[in-house]
Amino acid sequence: MMDKIRELIDQHAGLPQGAAEIGDDTDLYRLGMKSFASVQLMLALEEAFNIEFPEEMLNRATFRSASAIARAVESLSPGSLAA
Amino acid sequence: MDAAPTLLDQMIAAGHLVPTGVDGIYGRSGVFEDVIARFEALVTEVGRDDGAEVLRFPPAVTRSQLETSGYMKSFPQLAGTVHAFCGGDHDHAFLLEKIDRGEDWTKDQVATDVALTPAACYPLYPMLAAQGPLPAGGRLFDVQSYCFRHEPSTDPCRMQLFRMREYVRAGTPEQVQDFRAMWIERAKSLIAKLELPFDVVPANDPFFGRAGKMMKLSQREQGLKLEMVIPVANTQPTACLSFNYHQDHFGSTWGVRLADGAPAHTGCVGFGLERLALALFKRHGLDPQGWPSGVRGLLWG
Repeated sequence: MMDKIRELIDQHAGLPQGAAEIGDDTDLYRLGMKSFASVQLMLALEEAFNIEFPEEMLNRATFRSASAIARAVESLSPGSLAA
Repeated sequence: MDAAPTLLDQMIAAGHLVPTGVDGIYGRSGVFEDVIARFEALVTEVGRDDGAEVLRFPPAVTRSQLETSGYMKSFPQLAGTVHAFCGGDHDHAFLLEKIDRGEDWTKDQVATDVALTPAACYPLYPMLAAQGPLPAGGRLFDVQSYCFRHEPSTDPCRMQLFRMREYVRAGTPEQVQDFRAMWIERAKSLIAKLELPFDVVPANDPFFGRAGKMMKLSQREQGLKLEMVIPVANTQPTACLSFNYHQDHFGSTWGVRLADGAPAHTGCVGFGLERLALALFKRHGLDPQGWPSGVRGLLWG
């Protein structure tokens, strides 16, 4: 799952460096991810993992880092753990 | 028992607003326009020594400006585009026939290069970008325009066509944040002198859809939009002024640069002119002759 998340960060977060160079807990907003980009990332995650973020998760904290995103995705798709 | 007349009913009965049959589109009386003109003169007076460059655009942007600005990403529900008849004689006859029969004739209209201005500062950014890097002191503009938002409502504070006066600052983050802080203080003093009760509160723009939910929260978390709310026509007070820090959103979108090549930051203070006029009528009465002498003195002194 982490590989897929990194791939989506690369495609949508609009960061100057590649996701491979970014730590799991690095703050993506500090690296330059804009609000619009985080929305694009959110929509791409929903499509890739076939999930829908509930309203209470649609905030900056949910998408702050690769590990935060992984936790959010896991909490919404128990099936993906077994897969 | 009849319900008490709303502020809109009262404004129409007093002749200050003229209904057209479409919610949110009204004519304005001379008295109403005079209040707006005097309020604007007051705003000009407050900002007189700042050296703002005055610009007035018609209430239109180009369709490509609307696309580039990202407005359709954030507010597709509010945008208005202008369409026109572009056919020949045959199409014209067909058009008239449809109108005659009461059928929908608008599907054959063709999009023009014109869209309605959604906010008074929108035409500024492409102009700024085309004029090259900003000077060290940044730039400051005074703009005013009718703006269109497609949100028909019987709330007189939610017109579809209304005027927005703005001061817009472009420069470094510090220059823009200082400008915003200064205008919040100026606005508090100005609105207090007009004897209107107010509060300054965190706010967000009406971003569309689920993605918009995230944009709204993000805007609030970062404190990018503050509004001055004043009681007008509803139980909740109405946002009559807003103080916006766009960060480098427009600078990056349009390529407005600082001298060192970094994207410029921008911000603005916006005055909702109809809302402010309505707030004055609501608070001080339907006849400005009877408004408190301090308020009259400030506006007409």
